[in-house]
Amino acid sequence: MLSRVAHRLYWLARYIERAENTSRIINVNSNLLFDLPTGSRVSWKTLIDITGSEELYKQLYSTFDERSIMKYLISDSRNPSSIICCLQMARENARTTREILPAECWEKINETYHIAIEDIAGGIGRKNRYESLQKIIYGCQLLVGLLSGTMSNNAAYDFMRIGRNLERADMGTRLIDMGCMNFLTDSSLTDDESHIPDLYQPILWMNILISLSAFQMYRQHVRERVNGIDVVNYLLKDNDFPRAVMHCLNQIQECLEKLPDGIHIAMEVEKIKRSITRAKTKVNIDKKLHEFIDDLQIRFIKIDDNINAQWFLV
Amino acid sequence: MQFNWDKYPLENIFDETISSPSNARAPSRKLLKNLNRLSESDVKERLEASDTAIKTMGISFTVYSDSGNIDRQWPLDIIPRIISNKEWQRVDLGLVQRLTALNLFINDVYNDKKIFKDKVIPLELVLGSPGYRKECEGVSLPFNTWAHICGTDLIRDAKGKFLVLEDNLRIPSGVSYMLENRRVTKRVLPELFESYDVQHLRDYPNQLLDTLSSIAPMKKKNPEVVVLTPGIFNSAYFEHSYLAQQMGAELVEGSDLVIDKDKVYMKTVAGLRKVDVIYRRVDDLYLDPEVFNEDSLLGVKGLMRAWRKGNVSIANAPGAGVADDKVIYTYVPKMIKYYLDEDPILDNVESYLCSERQQYNYVINNLHNLVVKPANESGGYGMLIGPQASKSEINKFKKLIKKNGRNYIAQPLISLSTCPVITSSGAKPRHIDLRPFILQSNNSYVTPGGLTRVAMKKGSYVVNSSQGGGSKDTWVVDT
Repeated sequence: MLSRVAHRLYWLARYIERAENTSRIINVNSNLLFDLPTGSRVSWKTLIDITGSEELYKQLYSTFDERSIMKYLISDSRNPSSIICCLQMARENARTTREILPAECWEKINETYHIAIEDIAGGIGRKNRYESLQKIIYGCQLLVGLLSGTMSNNAAYDFMRIGRNLERADMGTRLIDMGCMNFLTDSSLTDDESHIPDLYQPILWMNILISLSAFQMYRQHVRERVNGIDVVNYLLKDNDFPRAVMHCLNQIQECLEKLPDGIHIAMEVEKIKRSITRAKTKVNIDKKLHEFIDDLQIRFIKIDDNINAQWFLV
Repeated sequence: MQFNWDKYPLENIFDETISSPSNARAPSRKLLKNLNRLSESDVKERLEASDTAIKTMGISFTVYSDSGNIDRQWPLDIIPRIISNKEWQRVDLGLVQRLTALNLFINDVYNDKKIFKDKVIPLELVLGSPGYRKECEGVSLPFNTWAHICGTDLIRDAKGKFLVLEDNLRIPSGVSYMLENRRVTKRVLPELFESYDVQHLRDYPNQLLDTLSSIAPMKKKNPEVVVLTPGIFNSAYFEHSYLAQQMGAELVEGSDLVIDKDKVYMKTVAGLRKVDVIYRRVDDLYLDPEVFNEDSLLGVKGLMRAWRKGNVSIANAPGAGVADDKVIYTYVPKMIKYYLDEDPILDNVESYLCSERQQYNYVINNLHNLVVKPANESGGYGMLIGPQASKSEINKFKKLIKKNGRNYIAQPLISLSTCPVITSSGAKPRHIDLRPFILQSNNSYVTPGGLTRVAMKKGSYVVNSSQGGGSKDTWVVDT
């Protein structure tokens, strides 16, 4: 397959996954706010932190109010990671790789994009937010299902799977990090940043699980009252849950091993996996964990760099 | 009542569907019956369904002047145009005959030049054509075929006779829309398909792949066929990607290709891979910066050398456009006689050459009655429709023709046939033409029907989608 096409498919999958993840975290954060006591210091800004785009946001908006943040994350064309931008770029990549994709997949992406365009105003206000974002989540999930049911497990499919799982692993670590940050009782926290009373810890972690559709699977797996350490362990190390970091890395590794000359990148992934297995997350949710997560994210970026150098920059 | 056929205006024109007030022509009788069963809200529903289908299927096209909107929805009128199989058989034969002669001609141009030596066509006309490529002299190709894919535009005159308006031998487009129109119509008017045996179009991508594979160098089995596109900003990008998808071929851009030792390779994730056949959708002059336009980024350096050495096949072959010239068009009936010793089955539209003294005088004095076309433009650009033109436009063309007679031909205004189109005030006649696609290598294939293009404005003759035209699904049926 052509390098240019492989590159577009890889990003197509990343964009779709990013649009889905952003929809998920917005929905969950909105939900979380209803559960917390009024006046608690959790803020919408958390969402900007998770997506790691504070700098751009500050250039475009002056306050961290709900409406601005929703507009920024959902429909702002100046934010390349907004849901609309992601869907638009996914669509553009699909349009330019139609010869490779099963026909229904192009139609599904196209349709999801059109639904988002028509529906977008609803997502910014509170009233229809849940429904319109849920539609996008389902649109993206349907696409993943369609691909798995209709596309040969060839190189093109592998590049898409790598893109999807790398994006997923990245979002997984961001969510774990958000959990950490909320419970660092460190005095270095400024007033701006959110802090949730200990009493509400389980609610926060439950919501993180829910944002990954992981709550039930977690319940079946860990039969204890939801607590931070168990959740972090589950989301980092579980081999079976599709949105757990370890599972994503397994998938990436499997695909890399199949691709021409992919073995050395697969070995890098293996190393990341080992350090996750070894990590002592049983102990504490603390600054060390935050640093560990930070390190993981840097290593994900390196994987992306290696993939670029190996296949896309011919 | 949505379809008021007794009020359907019939003028001195051939209507494809309606023969006299309230009566349909034989092939369209069941169509009319079906349409009449639909209530106003049914029709509305079907129109909406068609819009939705086109939108979700992402059937789009690009208009260069329409900045920022690179994929506009494809305009389709849902009432199909129906042609009887019996009538189509003749057209099919006529098109194969025509393309056979045209291919013999192009091969003759670049090799023996017999037709010029025998003084049937003046050689200067060919050498002066912008489609002539001296770089192709002496090249011999599999089956001596140069134009493997042709889109010939047909119209019907006031008596309903099919005439050839022009042959598009360079990079004709529209076939994907023909195929997608059928797919949409199936979704929108499924019950109509029960009343008719419509000749299917499904085979086109297979036929195209067969044609392309058959010309592979060294008669290689399972050759690597690719579609070469200028990229997403090209007006026909939709079609390029559609055809690649339908054939399971790679869609490549110039930057995906490299030439090494006069062989063509594409850059894949597993390294370089040899290419055997290129279905190019890039104009001759952009194919190879080494030979043609040196600034071109659309082609690949060294491609012409690889092609001349027979290491790669290109469809349509470079230089095939020499027979696409509208001046050369006027000689096609003579070519058919010369090469095949047959009478043409399909006639040309009567045409005047502005480079011939007598014909020139007639043209200059009768511009208000004539259609003037530049010899080498496509997409309906740069035309004069005399009967609809202003004085200043006519004067402008007088000057243009005086300056460069070789570049223009003139034809009487043929009142293109009409077909009912759904408008906000019911079904109204609109002018149409027809572009069937002809494939040729060791075999010939003609699409049953083709792409019917529709002028969406009342009285207009401009059917090009780049200029606001629409389209119709076209059925060939047994009656």
